[in-house]
Amino acid sequence: MRESPSILAALRARVGAIEGPRPAEGALFALGAADLDAQLGGGLPKGRLHELFAAEADDRAALAGAALMLAMRAGGGAGSEPLLWLRQEGAVKAAGTLYGPGLADLGFDPARLIEVVAPDEPALLRAAGDAVRCPQVGALLIEPWKAARGLDLTASRRLAVAAEKSGVTVLLLRAEAEPGPSAAYSRWRVRSRASAALEAGAPGHPAIGIELLRHRGGLDGLSAWLEWNRDEHSFEQAPLSGAVLPLPAGRPAGAGGAAPERLSA
Amino acid sequence: MVPGLSLADARARLPDLGVTDHDPQADARFLERIADGCDRYTPMVALDPPDGLLLDISGCAHLLGGETALRDDLVTRLGRLGLEVLSALADTPDAAHALARYRPGGVAGVTLGALPVEALGLDGQDIVGLRRAGFRRLGDLEARPARLLAARFGEGASDRLRRIVGERDIRITPRRPEPALMLERRFAEPIGRTEGALAAIGELVGQAAVRMEEAHRGGRRFEAQLFRTDGLVRALRIETGLPVRDARVVMRLFDERLAALADPVDPGFGFDLVRLSVPMFEPLDPLQLPLEGGALAEGELAQLLDRLSTRLGRHRVRRLAPRDSHVPEQAAFAFPAIEGGPAGGWPALEAGEPPLRPTHLFDPPQPIEVMAGVPDGPPSRFRWRRELHEVTLAEGPERIGALWWRRADNAGLSRDYFRVEDGKGRRFWLFRLGLYGREAEQPAWYIHGLFA
Repeated sequence: MRESPSILAALRARVGAIEGPRPAEGALFALGAADLDAQLGGGLPKGRLHELFAAEADDRAALAGAALMLAMRAGGGAGSEPLLWLRQEGAVKAAGTLYGPGLADLGFDPARLIEVVAPDEPALLRAAGDAVRCPQVGALLIEPWKAARGLDLTASRRLAVAAEKSGVTVLLLRAEAEPGPSAAYSRWRVRSRASAALEAGAPGHPAIGIELLRHRGGLDGLSAWLEWNRDEHSFEQAPLSGAVLPLPAGRPAGAGGAAPERLSA
Repeated sequence: MVPGLSLADARARLPDLGVTDHDPQADARFLERIADGCDRYTPMVALDPPDGLLLDISGCAHLLGGETALRDDLVTRLGRLGLEVLSALADTPDAAHALARYRPGGVAGVTLGALPVEALGLDGQDIVGLRRAGFRRLGDLEARPARLLAARFGEGASDRLRRIVGERDIRITPRRPEPALMLERRFAEPIGRTEGALAAIGELVGQAAVRMEEAHRGGRRFEAQLFRTDGLVRALRIETGLPVRDARVVMRLFDERLAALADPVDPGFGFDLVRLSVPMFEPLDPLQLPLEGGALAEGELAQLLDRLSTRLGRHRVRRLAPRDSHVPEQAAFAFPAIEGGPAGGWPALEAGEPPLRPTHLFDPPQPIEVMAGVPDGPPSRFRWRRELHEVTLAEGPERIGALWWRRADNAGLSRDYFRVEDGKGRRFWLFRLGLYGREAEQPAWYIHGLFA
């Protein structure tokens, strides 16, 4: 029994060797919403692979927005490091091209963006493999199209290992895909949420709902409704009241199918 | 068979005559191809359309054992393609042009005066005029004062004569400008494998790197030409965002280029000459490597972008730049990342405003079916990609006028933009094309973008 601490330490070392280096204390980035950060133990690690799934195909724009916001958080606010956004051609056709003024409206400096459009999935994965090894890349967003069968456990493990080595934060955007085995550090499901209406029933600040599906640290069942504060480059807990039940524009409440959906949302 | 014969006559004389339409563009392409192959003799190759090539072989002939040997080599090579070549060697391009057409195989000097006056390249009437005046040979004209010829047939004719007989010399304008650096290697035996040819290119790149380092120069474009024995030339071109001279970096890009080719390089009967050219030098100072070893990290992003651009195409790796326009789809444009660094000048934002422009834009906008409470009001529901969206929040209209001053009829439809949110929290950017009642009876609706 006297030997147990040393045995434990040896086991820890072995497990540690298998798991790879743990993120250092300073290498976490906070999301900005205090409750969520506390539950995550300070935030998410930089230099890791994080996977984002869209709840439905139409949540594509919310997914891209969430990824960009997370990348901004990982880069510390406005940032200046280049952000590489690898997109597969099908995804560009489905979601549209990236629009500079709109990205700037989220607080992102479009001059940082380098958009790469890959014609197919193998080209996308190959470009991702090259990009993730370049330490000068601030953040890497990979947007495959639909199921992306080539992106299996091996491929994601390769990305994850390379990301740990180079310190590039990688965000994988899966719009129309089912979560499968992967080596991602964390996995989230993103959906768009009703925004807090501004005066005269105008759509408000970007609002997303995120739900933690998997976390290397063993966390589970986290979910949050977040609003993006562009001026602070930060997420905030969305105000619960007021946002939930705005009236349909120009029509009395309850007419048509919108209001009941609204209640369940 | 003579030129000018009608088809019916020709068919009457030769019943099994094969007939093909004249395709001047295909001829021009073929001439270009032959000119590519002639690059092996000299970098100074000019087209002499529609059917000629001019090669300036000054200083190149000794490489093939003299002018006549070079000419024989060229004629044999083109003969293998099934071409009959009329060639001439002369001191000036015009003399060579005239000799090849009127005394093929002739030697300059002795025969120039004996050329017929047609060699001046004048039009039919002037030739008839010359002949009526008793001039049959260039030698007859040469004896007369030049201004007489100029007065009767124009400055061009006397100029041409002086250039043919060698009183005046002009330089040919080559098809491509002379590169800053050109290195080549000839093989005694043709190399049958592309890898082998590329290895030779690798050695040339190494030599070029040394030369460029001495001159404190680098290149942003590199071209490798692989000359096949049968005259076909395959060129591989690469481009970098920053000047480079590191042989490893350059060769890596050539490998990428080779792998990305739609139709692979076919060695055919083998390559017998490879050439590397650097069209232009740019200043590149020698780098100080870190004392403790290891490579410099600064250029890594540039190298990554070079690699991706070479592999995927330069337009697939791009940056965004703002443009001063109120038309949404023209307010930003994408440019190849290899052409320059980040572009600033994005408009500043007002604090506390929600995003007014979408993160994703559809180009072109996609048509949607819309139901609106009032014809010129915001939409209350719309159908896009077969799915019905109930609008819960809407802001608008933001009216964006057409560029009527760019159009001849000063017209163009205004667009009324609405930011809307549907029951599931998705935010869209819709517009109505045309003002209701004034510009359009039934304005069409489009979706132009998606908000996060």
